[in-house]
Amino acid sequence: MVVVQVIVGGLLLGAIYALFSSGLTLIWGMMNFINFAHGEFVMLGMYVALLVVVWLGGGPAVFGIVAACGLFVLGVGIYLSLIRHVIRGPMLAQILSTFGLALFVRYTAFFIFSANFVSLPQTSLAGTVKIAGIFLPVAQLVAGAVAIFLTLSLHMLLTHTAIGSRLLAVAEDRAAAMLMGIRPDRMQALAWGLSAGAAGIAGALMATAYPWSPSVGETFGLIAFVVVALGGFGSVLGSLYAGLIIGLIQAVSAFWLGAIYKDIVVYSLFVALLWLRPQGLMGKV
Amino acid sequence: MKLFSSSRVSRFSFASVPERVGWGLLAAALLLYPLVLSGPFYRDIGVTFLLAAISASAWNIVGGYAGQVSVGHSMFFGLGAYTPLLFYTLWGWPPLAGLPVAVLLSIGLALVIGQPTFRLTGHYFSMATIAVAELIRIFTGTWDLVGAAIGLQGPATARSLWDLTFRSELPYYYMFLAVLALLLATTAVVERRRFGFYLRAIKASERAAKSLGVPVRQTKMQALALSAAFTSVTGSLYVIKTGFIDPDSGFGILISVQMVIVAALGGAGTLLGPLMGALILVPLQTTTNSWFGGGGSGLTYILYGGIIVLIARFVPGGLFELWHRVAPHFRTRAHAA
Repeated sequence: MVVVQVIVGGLLLGAIYALFSSGLTLIWGMMNFINFAHGEFVMLGMYVALLVVVWLGGGPAVFGIVAACGLFVLGVGIYLSLIRHVIRGPMLAQILSTFGLALFVRYTAFFIFSANFVSLPQTSLAGTVKIAGIFLPVAQLVAGAVAIFLTLSLHMLLTHTAIGSRLLAVAEDRAAAMLMGIRPDRMQALAWGLSAGAAGIAGALMATAYPWSPSVGETFGLIAFVVVALGGFGSVLGSLYAGLIIGLIQAVSAFWLGAIYKDIVVYSLFVALLWLRPQGLMGKV
Repeated sequence: MKLFSSSRVSRFSFASVPERVGWGLLAAALLLYPLVLSGPFYRDIGVTFLLAAISASAWNIVGGYAGQVSVGHSMFFGLGAYTPLLFYTLWGWPPLAGLPVAVLLSIGLALVIGQPTFRLTGHYFSMATIAVAELIRIFTGTWDLVGAAIGLQGPATARSLWDLTFRSELPYYYMFLAVLALLLATTAVVERRRFGFYLRAIKASERAAKSLGVPVRQTKMQALALSAAFTSVTGSLYVIKTGFIDPDSGFGILISVQMVIVAALGGAGTLLGPLMGALILVPLQTTTNSWFGGGGSGLTYILYGGIIVLIARFVPGGLFELWHRVAPHFRTRAHAA
């Protein structure tokens, strides 16, 4: 029974991994660009949730929406002020831009919130339920379910709406999209907004169930790389599967090998993947 | 006919008189600095500056000249730092004796790591190097032989001169300066050799370089091995001076990031770029640390982050590029006047 509990817990956390990783893969698919500050967006989403609860007294629905909207605006802002300019520059500048951003955000968070772990005061999602013989915290269950729903929504938005077609058109061929009357800059700004927004709401969801500190951004950033590498660069559906798989692998290896080894297993998998199958599970070659 | 004949290349070397004067002034400034500004604060800045300049120059060979942006160079720094202290802990060797072993180990590690990661380019390569370094950092933190999370310590007091444990910063300063000189001389030779041209060709376009017959894979490996060797020397020098290492100060991602920032600020892929970067960043870091005390290190990284973003946005080529952009204006003005 304990094993089932571990597996379900891993899958629920994996669902949240899937949600924020889908944001990273969207940017990668759109503009061949890796955002090294993506984990920091997740971390910011967590602190937005904390601030909303402490200052405004809002519930999970309120801080979820605030985190998504706040990070959406931040993502668009970062694209317009920084990314738009460095994307035409040399490789080193591209890598440095979001790396610098990550350092800046992470250590500003350390400065403001200190390095201590915090968790949300009790929300309406407190308590546990017993399903089929295993005990699950309500918060984890709701967060996991919402994360899967949102990741699928992002996939549907890309594949079944007009705005999604425009986004994909820009990803496919920027110049041709421009000739069709699509403004690539607006679409890419939208992609950055969606990407950061997904990370923000994923952070808010995670905050309901897990404690955190400013350093989690680094861990989540690396996990997002692993998920995207496994799911295929640019595939939202791929990152859903991969997120669940990584959550599962982490939970199982922490259970059998010990908590320290879960990251060793995941990073080893990452290096092996980049080496053996750079296109990922669902990616195109 | 050779692709790059050596006689044509050698004409560039130290040709102009102003350039020779410049080198002389630079050497004199570095040699005299700790004698002129002899307070412990200034000497400490000097030693830190040299370490930053050496590690960034070492990174520069593969990250700057060859354009392979490694963000995992802390793996070589950490190996260079851990090996001497491990030998001291196990057998009581003076830390200096571990240095050559660390260099060999680092070259070995570079060859092993380069094999899979050099199949990747651009962002993928950077991500892979981060992952490998993180893997080593976490693993070191669980390995009891190397002190796990607590780390290793060197000799507290000198048992003989070979321990290189001095009260004064002065011997360290000149020791590090000699290594920096050796590294810059090596880089200068590389720059003028066919190898250097290969590196820049790979940076400009790997595919084009390959189609012109550049042995891309082999050249990248050699560059990484050379870069790793000098990076590990930096790690050894660091522990010879501080006598202490733990997973974060050896293999932490910030160690790698600092090398990249220092080189990029001055100008990646230029001989003196890393030196210029260290000249600006190290005093800045030391000043923020002394102003804000214990909380200063966090503030330093906020500042670092801000600076990197600004470099990437406005001067992607570093200060050297800025100089080349601005200098002609001054020259024409001088002629007009």
